[in-house]
Amino acid sequence: MNLVKPYGDARDDGAMQLSFTLPIPWSEAADEAARQLVAKMGFSDVSVVDGRAIAAGYSFFVVYARTTVAVDVDTIAVPSAAGNALDMDAVDALVHERVGRKIRIAGACIGTDAHTVGIDAILNMKGYKGDYGLERYRAFETFNLGSQISVDELVRFTKANDIDAVLASQVVTQKGSDIANFTALSELLEAEGVRDRVLLLCGGPRVTNLLAAELGYDAGFGRGTLPSEVATFIARRFSDTPQ
Amino acid sequence: MELSIDADLVRRGRACAAAVVAPIRTFINRHSTVSVERSVLRLLGVDGVDAEGVPLANRLVEGALPDLNRGIAWCMGGAIAETGLAPAAIAEAVATGGLELGRFRDVPAAASRAALDSTVQRSMDRIDRNARERVDRLGRLPQEPPPLLYVIVASGNIYEDRTAAVAAAEAGAQIIAVIRSTAQSLLDFVPYGATTEGFGGTYATQENFRIMREALDDVSDKLGRYVMLTNYASGLCMPEIATMAALERLDMLLNDSMYGILFRDINMKRTFVDQHFSRLLNARSGIIINTGEDNYLTTADAVDQAPAVLASQLINEAFAHAAGMRDEQIGLGDAYEIDPDLEDGFLLQIAQAQLARQVFPNSPLKYMPPTKHMTGDIFKGHLMDAMFNLTSVMTNQTIHLCGMLTEAIHTPFLHDRALAIENARYVMGTARHFGDEIAFKPGGKIERRAQFVLAEAVALLERVTARGLMESIEGKVFADVARSPNGGRGFDGVFEKAADYWNPFADALVGTVSAR
Repeated sequence: MNLVKPYGDARDDGAMQLSFTLPIPWSEAADEAARQLVAKMGFSDVSVVDGRAIAAGYSFFVVYARTTVAVDVDTIAVPSAAGNALDMDAVDALVHERVGRKIRIAGACIGTDAHTVGIDAILNMKGYKGDYGLERYRAFETFNLGSQISVDELVRFTKANDIDAVLASQVVTQKGSDIANFTALSELLEAEGVRDRVLLLCGGPRVTNLLAAELGYDAGFGRGTLPSEVATFIARRFSDTPQ
Repeated sequence: MELSIDADLVRRGRACAAAVVAPIRTFINRHSTVSVERSVLRLLGVDGVDAEGVPLANRLVEGALPDLNRGIAWCMGGAIAETGLAPAAIAEAVATGGLELGRFRDVPAAASRAALDSTVQRSMDRIDRNARERVDRLGRLPQEPPPLLYVIVASGNIYEDRTAAVAAAEAGAQIIAVIRSTAQSLLDFVPYGATTEGFGGTYATQENFRIMREALDDVSDKLGRYVMLTNYASGLCMPEIATMAALERLDMLLNDSMYGILFRDINMKRTFVDQHFSRLLNARSGIIINTGEDNYLTTADAVDQAPAVLASQLINEAFAHAAGMRDEQIGLGDAYEIDPDLEDGFLLQIAQAQLARQVFPNSPLKYMPPTKHMTGDIFKGHLMDAMFNLTSVMTNQTIHLCGMLTEAIHTPFLHDRALAIENARYVMGTARHFGDEIAFKPGGKIERRAQFVLAEAVALLERVTARGLMESIEGKVFADVARSPNGGRGFDGVFEKAADYWNPFADALVGTVSAR
């Protein structure tokens, strides 16, 4: 058991900062409304340090308060897909020795999402933050299908090209469009009978490995993921090496 | 503060850009597209959708296909001459299957022309009236000095957007852009009516334009300063959006001569023809275009891409001039996208921004905030936005897209926008005349960087001139993307004009260009 609370300047002080807007004109009563709202959430020592009008009929507040709740960090386990990454040469060597052929990878930004920044960072030769993209690896044959690729199109491509690993990216998350698209992809692969034949990965700024597992993916990669982390995960999976 | 740059080199760059554009102009003059023809219909008053939700403009253009190379105006003129119906009624009749446009292909040219005269004149009058009204309102409701604070609304629901836009205006925004739903650039039709569903943005429709214009006019009156409205004339329906914008008095349009080709895989011939007709309309309607050079910086390394940005700005300027746009209407793009971890990155940003200011002294430069290096760390993001704001006010940028501290997290909340505007107002207020008070160190890092970028941009343009623009795009010269002249989306909508091709609006618009 290791119960922790937010830390301000003393262990277990529970100090937190909050900011939000209420759809009411600003007045002293609005500050009090903000204070009561935060108190109702269970916070103590609520202090509205800033409250002001930001538009006609809308007020913005900055609030400091102390929480009374704690969380037991010993009970939490979140397996990361991105740990212990190998470098490019090591990935290439691992695949060469243990797989003996190139692993075929297809990536796309699916649905109506036009933001290729994520998939490009992982796949394009140039990579991200000095870490080369998967196109540069000898271990992989890479197909970057680009943006606004329908789930149907990606599945068709996967079947027609003997793809081993599918990477789906979503940057736009408005109204849950990312979840809907990810789910549609995993379901269609299942319906087409190819889900078991491919390694299915998802990525995007809001993606976590936990979310990926819930959606039926083999792994999920969030913001800041380096290409070598994705490459290592794929290489280890295909060479039956522990992650 | 002025950089010492070689004026001859700037002249050479500009001459190269004009030479790059000249052969494309020849191509443009010989071709039209389905979206240009649909614009003609919209300008004639054809609006609405059929029972299946297909816009009538699309229905008519499809119906006229074998004769389309003469221009849709002949068919419409012929139909009006023969039936005595108005264009909207003809469109309805074609949509319900009661009328075949092909029937009117043999109506004499003079009769067809005469039948459209008054309708064409009415539409041109409406566009001119809107342009005059903007000038009147700007006189009555003066804007605060630039950089003009520009914010985006993007809820997907035009009514939510309206609330957000009015709130942003009250918080100090001077320009409101309604971001489009992410898929719209690839739709080969314009959706219809007020819309409440969209992803990553709200559909551009004429009714949505009208709703937003009305709300911004009201808040402009209330605030005593004119609030501008922006949308996107890009993608497959570029000319139609420009048409709707002219009819509903939008003030700005995102409109780039190459963006769709490089970043959306839209066919280059389609894009070149479409951007020209769009810009003819923009020139007449007094709309300021915003070009999309920020995209070079977000998709590749911003330090490496600096010369490509300047080269693209010069090409965009040349295309805009070719369509009769004045410098004051050409909002050339740039963005603050250099890696924050790079030492002296701020110096490089200033070099690029000031270089653009000096190369394009009369153009309302559009400056875009950091996006690529924004993370979930809103505190650092707010700080990066402050540095961007400082660069903008120091270098006298004109159109300032306010950076959001929650960039890369979600479409902005009401207070994200308010905080962004407060940040900009604070920095721009406290440093308003800073740029006037300092000088660049001669031969220092900033000046040398600007000189390097200029020289590289001109060298790039010289290579493009020698090779040809279409061939250069095919050869991966821009944004490291290769596009073939007949590849990409929308190529099947490009056609060669027949000898008797007629577009009465192009004629009227080109007339104003030559008169100028």
